[in-house]
Amino acid sequence: MNTTTTVNACETCAIYNAAQLKKLGINVDNADFVVALAGNPNTGKSTVFNALTGLRQHTGNWPGKTVTRAEGGFSYQSKNFRLIDLPGTYSLLSTSQDEQVARDFILFGQPDVTIIVVDASRLERNLNMALQVLEITDKAVLCLNLMDEARRHGIEIDVRSLSKKLGIPVIAASARNGDGISELIQTTYEVATGQIHCKPHKINSLSADIQSAVDTLSRKIQKEYPGLPNTRWIAMRLLDGDENVLNALKNNEFQLTT
Amino acid sequence: MKHKSDEIIELASSLRWQVGDNFHDKLTESIYADAAEISKEVEIKNSHKDYSFDLRLDRILTSKMFGFPIMILILSVILWLTIEGANYPSGLLATLLLEMVYPFLKQVSASIGFVWWLDGFLLDGVYLALAWVISVMLPPMAIFFPLFTLLEDFGYLPRVAFNLDSIFRKSGAHGKQALTMSMGWGCNAAGVIATRIIDSPRERLIAILTNNFSLCNGRWPTQILIATIFIGALVPENWVGLTATVSVIAIAMLGVFFTFFSSWILSKTLLKGEVSTFTLELPPYRPPRFWKTIYTSLIDRTLIVLWRAMVFAAPAGAVIWLISTISIRELSLASWAITGMDGFGLFIGLNGVILLAYLVAIPANEIVIPTVLMLTVAHFNLANLGAGSGVMFEVDSAMQTGEILRAGGWTLLTGINLMLFSLLHNPCSTTIFTIYQETRSWKWTSIATLFPVLIGLVATFLVAQCWRIIESW
Repeated sequence: MNTTTTVNACETCAIYNAAQLKKLGINVDNADFVVALAGNPNTGKSTVFNALTGLRQHTGNWPGKTVTRAEGGFSYQSKNFRLIDLPGTYSLLSTSQDEQVARDFILFGQPDVTIIVVDASRLERNLNMALQVLEITDKAVLCLNLMDEARRHGIEIDVRSLSKKLGIPVIAASARNGDGISELIQTTYEVATGQIHCKPHKINSLSADIQSAVDTLSRKIQKEYPGLPNTRWIAMRLLDGDENVLNALKNNEFQLTT
Repeated sequence: MKHKSDEIIELASSLRWQVGDNFHDKLTESIYADAAEISKEVEIKNSHKDYSFDLRLDRILTSKMFGFPIMILILSVILWLTIEGANYPSGLLATLLLEMVYPFLKQVSASIGFVWWLDGFLLDGVYLALAWVISVMLPPMAIFFPLFTLLEDFGYLPRVAFNLDSIFRKSGAHGKQALTMSMGWGCNAAGVIATRIIDSPRERLIAILTNNFSLCNGRWPTQILIATIFIGALVPENWVGLTATVSVIAIAMLGVFFTFFSSWILSKTLLKGEVSTFTLELPPYRPPRFWKTIYTSLIDRTLIVLWRAMVFAAPAGAVIWLISTISIRELSLASWAITGMDGFGLFIGLNGVILLAYLVAIPANEIVIPTVLMLTVAHFNLANLGAGSGVMFEVDSAMQTGEILRAGGWTLLTGINLMLFSLLHNPCSTTIFTIYQETRSWKWTSIATLFPVLIGLVATFLVAQCWRIIESW
């Protein structure tokens, strides 16, 4: 990822720009960009959502609090963003309703940016979900939330190498204290407008036979539906026998997005 | 013509033969491997600080020996604080709204020269019901919700789920039902929506059908009030709060028991099937941010619930006034209904007023007690306890509410059975509607609605019979 435009120092400074953030609450008409919030349960997604939109969705310290998707909006650099708070899930591979809501939105809703909120103090477990999101979408920002808690537990994270390994911007944050929110907004803006180009990590420890099966199928889908951004994921889902994706394929839902 | 999607599906199924049926496991494994590799490289752990505090606390809070006693203890403390704390502000609000504002409004309306029926409809109906809901409901909610939210923010609820998991499993239900059940202690409609976290449709349906056995916030105040009046009256004054707490806990635990019991029945009859496994993550304990929690729980919960109660109370008040005023053959509609249902009501240890109140109060549990009081005063013409012929009476404290009820023929049995029936009756209309939205099935919605009423009628009947047998000795 690299910033290609040259602008003066003030305009790239997150603190300067945070002053221009306009919280739109539930007023989400005429959005220029759609941003999804995804992540494990209990990582503070709703807190990030509230910090960005100025809404006061109730937050609670237990997994599965948000079971439906909540929507809100904010305006930044004269662009309107529609923010969708997806249900927190441990993976995108199973069939419970909350996971389907999250997966279908990232897959079919094709948000302009997906912010993956992870718990910095439980990085490994949270990365499982993050890696699955990165299989589906290219445009993502990792919000390394609960940094204060991680620090309290004696955990430090090398943010730069994490960003390099994942191939997407990583923002250290502590949403409930408001830390890192302005950087998160600025980065989301840059990813949405294409100033930052992501090259996300793809799952690479697949065994050879599976890898080749995924590639073969993925190439076939690519050929039939050119321009589809997540053929690899669709291939994996088809190999897993996911009926939703199968039905979407049968009903030609993918053509709409090309 | 063969469509291109068919080709892809064909290719996919032939490839699935090649990779075998453990693709899902292999994929999951490699995701985990990648995640482990990345996190190992970027994470620096200072070994001297770790989760030892959380671990030690978890070892106590979820231990076999202390888990349940601590759970009950915490619930008791919250309820006790609510009961002890709510009485005084309740009396204050009642004095203000019923003894000062109400006569003032009456005076104003008389001096303007309001027509009698408009005055009755608005002041004796709508206003009184609102005043009742605010003075009876607001103080307990303003104490109970913030305390409950503090506990929630601290991270205790998942531990409750952990403790209850094995019992749910034995009942043939999903362990996550413990979470939706706790949600139901706040609001059943919210609890029903929360069942979406349960993967299996069978277990989700069990969780939906049994959520009503969690006492919701519309019913806690009813329980607290009736327990204070009738069961508290059995002991010396100093012990009233404690005794009331214990009896409300008993009712709540009975609800938990019915949750397990009916889950078990359902999983053996209508909803047979295997129990699915799941992972429950115990989140870290987080020190709740006190003032913010107080603020949001007051705004988000207390005021919203109060608003809902008021929205339903206003029309209910109007209905009560209308049915107590409109007469057929010199007897008001309410009196006809009460007299008609009194026989059956008394038979099951309740009375006609209570049954009519539960019909009027289907929209919201919050207004059951106000409705009962207004109907009692109107039906028994308890003008001596109040000032006017309509629905006016004084209530500085729970004890005076008790006088009204006793004047309406209530006994300890009526009190206990009302507490039982408040636990075991149909869900409020919002919850019924939510159940329909979630299940999209009239069949399950009707079962969820009628099943608890049936249990309630049976339970109150049995208690009444046993009571009478013991009494006749």
